[in-house]
Amino acid sequence: MKNLVYINGNGHLNKAAFEVVTYAKKLGGEVTVLASGKMDSSLLSSLGAYGATEVVINRGITGNDDQQIAAWIATKTTGVDNIVFSHDFQGKAIAPRLSVRLKAGLIAGAVSLPEADGSVKVNVFSGKAFGFVKAHSAQRIISLLPNSIAPEESGTSCPVAEITEEMGAPTVRVLSVKKPEGAIPLPEAEMVVSAGRGLKGPEHWGMIESLANSLGAATACSRPVADIGWRPHHEHVGQTGVAIRPNLYIAVGISGAIQHLAGVNGSKVIVVVNTDAEAPFFKAADYGVVGDAFEVIPKLTEAIHKFKAAQ
Amino acid sequence: MKILVCISKAPDTTSKIAFTNNNSAFDENGVQYIVNPYDEWYALVRALEIKETSGANVTIITVGTAADEAIMRKALAIGADEAVRVDAEPTDAFMVASEISNYAKTQGFDLVLTGKETINFNGAQLGGMIAEGLNSPYISIASKLDVTGTMLTLEREITGGVEVVEVSLPAVVSCAKGMAEQRIPNMRGIMAARTKPLHVLAPTVTEALTSYVTFASTPAKSGVKLIDPNNMDELVSLLHNEAKVI
Ligand SMILES: Cc1cc2nc3c(=O)[nH]c(=O)nc-3n(C[C@H](O)[C@H](O)[C@H](O)COP(=O)(O)OP(=O)(O)OC[C@H]3O[C@@H](n4cnc5c(N)ncnc54)[C@H](O)[C@@H]3O)c2cc1C
Ligand SMILES: Nc1ncnc2c1ncn2[C@@H]1O[C@H](COP(=O)(O)O)[C@@H](O)[C@H]1O
Repeated sequence: MKNLVYINGNGHLNKAAFEVVTYAKKLGGEVTVLASGKMDSSLLSSLGAYGATEVVINRGITGNDDQQIAAWIATKTTGVDNIVFSHDFQGKAIAPRLSVRLKAGLIAGAVSLPEADGSVKVNVFSGKAFGFVKAHSAQRIISLLPNSIAPEESGTSCPVAEITEEMGAPTVRVLSVKKPEGAIPLPEAEMVVSAGRGLKGPEHWGMIESLANSLGAATACSRPVADIGWRPHHEHVGQTGVAIRPNLYIAVGISGAIQHLAGVNGSKVIVVVNTDAEAPFFKAADYGVVGDAFEVIPKLTEAIHKFKAAQ
Repeated sequence: MKILVCISKAPDTTSKIAFTNNNSAFDENGVQYIVNPYDEWYALVRALEIKETSGANVTIITVGTAADEAIMRKALAIGADEAVRVDAEPTDAFMVASEISNYAKTQGFDLVLTGKETINFNGAQLGGMIAEGLNSPYISIASKLDVTGTMLTLEREITGGVEVVEVSLPAVVSCAKGMAEQRIPNMRGIMAARTKPLHVLAPTVTEALTSYVTFASTPAKSGVKLIDPNNMDELVSLLHNEAKVI
C-alpha cells in the first residue's frame, strides 16, 4: 500500500500534521509526506517519528494557492492508494480539486480509520449522526477532521528531499494576514471555554478568560454574543459559526439551543454551568453545575489552579 | 457581470435526524426543507448586493428533483433573476459538481458562489470541485467579498487567522458568515418569484465516485452528572480521574 499525505510547510508543524501522518501510517504501507513552503528540513524529518517514510518539500510553492498545490500533488500520485489531508482550510480546497483531477473518490470529514468493509466513518448532520462512505475509485482521498485521532510517536526521523518545481504564478495573491495575537485557533484547541448571553455583558468575560488561561484553553461564545458585539465573530461556535470537537468543552450561561449544539456536540466531554436546571444543554452534558456563573467560575478557576499546583 | 449561486436544500435545524431502509438513507418523513443557510444568507444575499451596487445578473442553480423547486422559489423571492434545476437526484459531491461545472462552462459566468458547506453532509467539497472543473481559482471559506471591475478582494479563513487575498475574475468562492446578512423575502418578491424563469435541464453525468453505505445516530449521552456548585474540587477531580481530559 502506498499513501500520500499533504501538509502545509509554512509556520510550525501543528497537531493536524501529526494526526494525518499517524492516520496514513495506520492505513498500512509506505507514507510519503508532500509539503510546500519554507519549513526547515530538520523539523520535517521529525515526521518520521509519526510514521512518515519520507518527506518531499517543494520550495517552488510558497503560498496557499490550492490550484498550484493540487496540480503539483497530482504529479506524485502514480501507484498511490490513499491521499490524506487534514479537513482544514487547505484540505477543504485542495482535496476536492484533486478528486476531480484524478477522478478519485473524496471522503470528506473522516473521523476514524476505515472499517472492515472499506467504508470510512464521517461526521454528518452537523455532528448529529455519522455516515459510512465508500469510494468506488481505485484511488481514495480522505480528509481527516481535526481532533479525530491521537497522534502516535513510534519511529525515528525520516529523510527529507528538497525539490524546487515551479508551478507558475499563483492566481490568488495574498495581500495580508490577520492573526489574533497569542490566541489558540479554535478548530485546533483541545479545550474550549465558551460563554453565552447568561454573562449579561462583555465586561464579564475576564473570568471566562481567567478560566481558559488556567487550563490553556481557547475561548468561544454563542451566536447572539458575537452578533451583539460582546465578542469577536471568529469566536462564534455552532451551526452557522465554527464547528469544534475539543476534548473538553465548558459552556457557561449558554442555553444549549440545537443550533449551538450542532457545532459543539462532537466534543468528547461537555461541562455545563447554568442557573436554570431545565436548560436544554444539560441533556447534552457529561457534567453539570446548576448555579450562578458569577460564583461558580471563579471557584472553578481556583480549583484548577490548586490542582495544577499539586501536579 | 454574471453570477451563479449554487443552492442546496437542507433539513430545517429542528428536524428529527433519523434513518430508514436499514439505516441506508435519511428519513425524510415529516422533514421540512429550507435553503441551506450558508447558500441563502451569505452567497445569495452577497450576490444580490453586488447586483444592487454594480449591476449583475444572478442565476441560481440546484441539482435536484422537482420537490426542490419550493426552496428555489424562495431564492427567487429573495431576489435572484432566474433559476436552473438540473433534474437529477444528487448522488455525491462529484456528480453534483460535474453537473454544475458542465452547465457553467456553457454560460460564461464571472463569479460562481457556493455556501461554505451544507449543514446536512458538511462536506465542503462542491466549491473546489467546481473550480477544478472550470479551471478557475477558488477562494474557500470567504467572510468578505468586494468587486472592483474584474478584481475580487476577499477575506478568507485560514488556520488561526484571516487572509486578505486578491484574485481576478472569473473565480469560484465559498461563502461563510460575515459576508452578508439574512434577508426576509417580502410580498412583492414572493409574487415576482412565481413568474421568474425556472429552467429544467437534463443531467449530463451520472457517475458518482462515492456513496454512503450506512448511517448511525450519534450515541446519546448517558446522562449528566450534577456537581454541587460549592464543590469545584470535585469537578476538577472528575475531569482528571474519570473523564481524563485534564
Ligand atoms: C438558523 C439558525 C442558526 C443559528 N446558529 C447558531 C450558532 O451557530 N451558534 C449559536 O450559539 N446559536 C445559533 N443560533 C441561535 C440559537 O438558536 C440560540 O438563540 C442561541 O444559541 C442562544 O444563545 P445563548 O445560549 O447565549 O443565550 P440564551 O438562550 O439567552 O441563554 C442564556 C442562558 O444563560 C443562562 N443564565 C442566565 N444567567 C446566568 C448566570 N448568572 N449563570 C449561569 N447561567 C446563566 C440562562 O439560564 C440561559 O440558559 C441559530 C439560530 C438559528 C435560527
Ligand atoms: N444539490 C446541489 N445543488 C446545487 N448546489 C449544491 C448542491 N449541493 C451542494 N451545493 C452547494 O455546494 C455547497 C457545499 O456543499 P457540500 O460540499 O455538500 O458541503 C453548498 O453550500 C451549496 O452551495
